[in-house]
Formats: sequence, structure tokens, C-alpha cells
Amino acid sequence: MTDLTDPRVARAIALAWREAELLDDKDYETWADLYTPDAWYVVPTDPSTDDFASSLNMVYDDDRMRRMRVARMTEGFSPSAVAAARTARTVSRFSVAEVSDAGVRLRAAQVVVAYKRGSYSVLAGDVTYQMILGATVDTDRIGGKVIRLLNCDDPVSASGFLL
Amino acid sequence: MTTPTAWSDDLVEADRVAGRLYTDPEIFALEMQRIFHRTWVWVAHESEIPSPGSFKTTTVGGEPVIVVRDRKGGINTLLNRCRHRGATVCDLPKGKANGFTCPYHNWSYGLDGALRGIPYPDGYEGVVDKADYPLGRLRTESYLGMIWATFNHDVEPLEDFLGDAKPWMERFFKQSNGYPTKVTGIHKFRFKGNWKIQLENTTDGYHFPMVHKSWMTSVDAETADMMSFMNDPTAVTHALGNGHSVAIMAQAHADLDVDDGTEEIQPRFAHLVDALVGHYTDAQIRRMMRSMHGCGFNLNTFPNVSLSLSFFRVLIPISVDETEIWHMALGMDGGPEIVNAERLRIHEHFQGPFGFGSPDDAEGWERVQRGAAASPSMPILVNRGQNREVTSPEGWPTSHVTDETGMREAYAMYRRMMSDD
Repeated sequence: MTDLTDPRVARAIALAWREAELLDDKDYETWADLYTPDAWYVVPTDPSTDDFASSLNMVYDDDRMRRMRVARMTEGFSPSAVAAARTARTVSRFSVAEVSDAGVRLRAAQVVVAYKRGSYSVLAGDVTYQMILGATVDTDRIGGKVIRLLNCDDPVSASGFLL
Repeated sequence: MTTPTAWSDDLVEADRVAGRLYTDPEIFALEMQRIFHRTWVWVAHESEIPSPGSFKTTTVGGEPVIVVRDRKGGINTLLNRCRHRGATVCDLPKGKANGFTCPYHNWSYGLDGALRGIPYPDGYEGVVDKADYPLGRLRTESYLGMIWATFNHDVEPLEDFLGDAKPWMERFFKQSNGYPTKVTGIHKFRFKGNWKIQLENTTDGYHFPMVHKSWMTSVDAETADMMSFMNDPTAVTHALGNGHSVAIMAQAHADLDVDDGTEEIQPRFAHLVDALVGHYTDAQIRRMMRSMHGCGFNLNTFPNVSLSLSFFRVLIPISVDETEIWHMALGMDGGPEIVNAERLRIHEHFQGPFGFGSPDDAEGWERVQRGAAASPSMPILVNRGQNREVTSPEGWPTSHVTDETGMREAYAMYRRMMSDD
């Protein structure tokens, strides 16, 4: 078991938390810049597949789709984004699948609580991150992220926010 | 003193319906009885249950059912309820089984619903004859691979019910280009609104440029142009009878067998063409590329399934103010996987809880549900295009695709069924 206080791991966890804060703050332009251009951001519907290209996903974003998604969330044309739920999320239960000076593959649990029109809803899932460590902390980037919702193959309701 | 009843015929008029139809729980309960327990309700596509023992679970009129293929290849829709004490006998959304065993006392049933086994049967000698206790069964019929079931064993044959929707179903499945159609994935979500709000939406061309501006600005110019039907006089809606209607958004794709050769293949599909050259004829490739976005129309069948451009839209009423939607992506079974994958990408772009289209629809529908609570007797208007509705040569009431002819057809059927007590 890898020591979570390993400085490389601590940087990776800090990056996951930085991303979580940006998403709760709906600061999508800054959020998108956390990703490397070749990173995939995926929310699958199939709980067991790793072949995302051949199966249906809720989100399957390369850089181009991610940039379009940011535009959608910010430009004011999307009624659901305009009326987006407020969110507060926690990311924890970290474990390390792989660590090197170049990067860290991290696994975590994420619980997103959303509030809209008098109702709270919860979206919980397992997240894997491929964190790319830069020369300095400021240049650490997300090289890939997969969110497996507990209810990915059942009805998922979300309103104008990202996981 | 007479007891007031929830339903009265004047709740639905030719050009308007009462807002109460979205909000009154008693009306919802009546709808379950008079519509969802009386007519054909779509339950599955045959590709979801491809071989003996394959099953899926869903609900019909709020009741849990299993749709399963038996050993002889027949399709059964069975009540998911043990005959002993009522537990569900199947708890999975889909799968493959040799039969169904109740988890409570292990009564076991065959794929045809027959009661096969009772543990410790001595307590039932002379009390229970297994032949008398099969799983409940709905009448089940299919057309072109689409499977419907009904509690009403006296209802007209499915094909009679589908009527003039049938030729449009045939056209819809032309997008599989000769391959069997298969369901390749499902987006499921719920919205806080009445099921009829969604029923209306699939024949509502009027909302598209407003609600889906975000999607329109994110796609390539050719795709946006295909869905720019607001001022296209060839984009029309036909009322087909029995509550069914077809909303044609891209007439050029409404019959994929018809190709005058003038349409340019969208540049976004160039990588597919490159991959297919040498493996398929030019004609096959052109045909597959022209069908990437589906059939050019939404065929809205009453009450719960639409064959919508390139996918199935299924609605499942949960309660008067909650509805579950399934958007089922489709591909060619045995066709080129690169094309099926691209169809998944097109589906993901619009559909699902994080798509660029569905969440914006759902926002509009939830706002309708909330707003309709104000003055529940105030009408919801479905009169757009009454001033320009004509009868087509086929005898179908017809107006522009942004008009509400399809909604009027659905509500006429709704009124007939709800008035029949």
C-alpha cells in the first residue's frame, strides 16, 4: 500500500480537490485547463466495460468535446445550465494504483450533493484519475478521469452540472 | 349528492387540454387503468432478448413485468410476481436465465411462466395444483422486432392498432441498411413531470431552435442545417390515427431508399468513409453515411414509444409528476463497428443526463409541471397550426412540423380511451 503522504501522491490528491472545487464553483474555463489535450473525461453507462469507444457513455469527452461542453455550460443558451443545481462534492477514500515521478494513478470515491428547487439529490461513484505531474505543482494536470456512478445503468438525473 | 369524479370529457378539447391533466393524481390513476392497462404498451426490442432465456424487466402501467424469450423462441411478457406471496421473481434489469426462482420460498417458474417447482410440497398436496399457478401473463405481439404487451386480452391485434404507423416503422428501420437493428446502449433518466409532457415533446418541432440552441451551436454546419426546419415547407407532421403521428424534420432522409445523388456526405464522416473503402461498395458506404443521423423523422406512437430519428424514446410513467425516459441507441447487428461507434457518439452528444440536448428538454418539462399547478383549469394550448392543417392524399391531417397536429392526434386518442369507462 502506497503512503498517501508520498509528496507525489499528495500533489495528485491536491489536484483532485482543486478540480472538485472548480466544478462546484462552476468555473468551467479554469477547469478545462486542468486537463491535458489528450485526456479523456468519461462517465460510462456500462458498469464493467473499459472499452468506452464501443459502448454508450453519459460523457465521452476528448479535448474538442470538453471545450464545447465548457461553451455550453457558460454561454447562456442552455436552459439547464442557466438553471443549474448548486453542488457540493467530496472526494475521498483515496488509494494509489500506480505512482512514478511522471504521474499518479489515483482511485477515489466521490459524492456530489446537488440542490435545486427545494430538493437535494445525490450522485455517488467511483473515480479513477490519471494525474500527470509537471515540473512544478502549478503545472500538474489531469491526463484522464473516469467516473463510474453507482447507478450508471439505472436512471441518472443531473441538472446543469458536471461530475 | 353525487361523488365528483376526476375525469370529465371537457378536460380535453380539440385545441386545448386542462392543465390538471398534468397534476391530478386521480387522473393519473385513471390513465393507468384506462390507457396503460387497456392498450398496447411497448416493452422491448427483440435484440434485447436475442436467444432462449434472454430477458429484460420493465413495467406496464406501474406493474413489474419480465419480457423473456422461451426455449421455443417465443416471447413472453410475464408479471414479475410470485404466485405464493407476491415477491418479484427477477431482480435484474436484463440477463439470461433458465427460469425464475422466487427468493422467498424458492417457488420456481419456467421461461414460459409455468410453475415448475415448490419446495417441501407435502403441505400443498390436495391444496395447490401447479398447473393453476403460472406467472401472470400479458398478451404479447411484435412488429418489425418491436415488442408490445397488453393486459387486455380482447384488444385489437397489434398490427391493426399500429395501422398507418406501420409504413413509417418500415422506413425507420431502413437506417440499419439491411442489417438487423440492435440496441447498443441506453440512457435512462427521470424528470419531475407528467408523462404526457414528454409524449407531446417528441412531436414538438416548435421548441427545437429555442431549447436546443446550445446543441445547434456545437455541431457542424451540415448537421445544424439538417435540423433547421423552421422555414422548410417540406417539413410536416401527419396525424396517423389511433394517437400516432409522424413529425418529418428532414424530408430528404424520410425514405433512405430514395437518393437522387445530390446530397453531399457530411465532411464529419470522412474518416468513416476512408475506413470503409475497400470493404464495402461505394453505394453501401453512401447509404450508411446518409443514415448516420437516422431516418429524418420522429414516429410518435401512442402511448409510450417513439421511433425518433436514430433511436427509440420510451416513456415510463412513475407518478403524476414523475416520468422515466429511456433513450435507446441503435446500431447495425453485424455492420461495421466503426459506424456503430460513431452512431453512439452522435447519440451521446444530444442524449442522456449529460448530453447537449436532453437536460435542456428536461428543464423545460419540469417548468411546465411547476407552472401547470397555477390555475389547473386554465388550458394548455395545442392549437398551433390549426389555421393551416390540411388533409394529405393519404387522408392524414397534416401541418407544418412545428405545428401541434401530432399532439392533437394523441389527445384525441387519449380522450377516447379516458371517456370509455
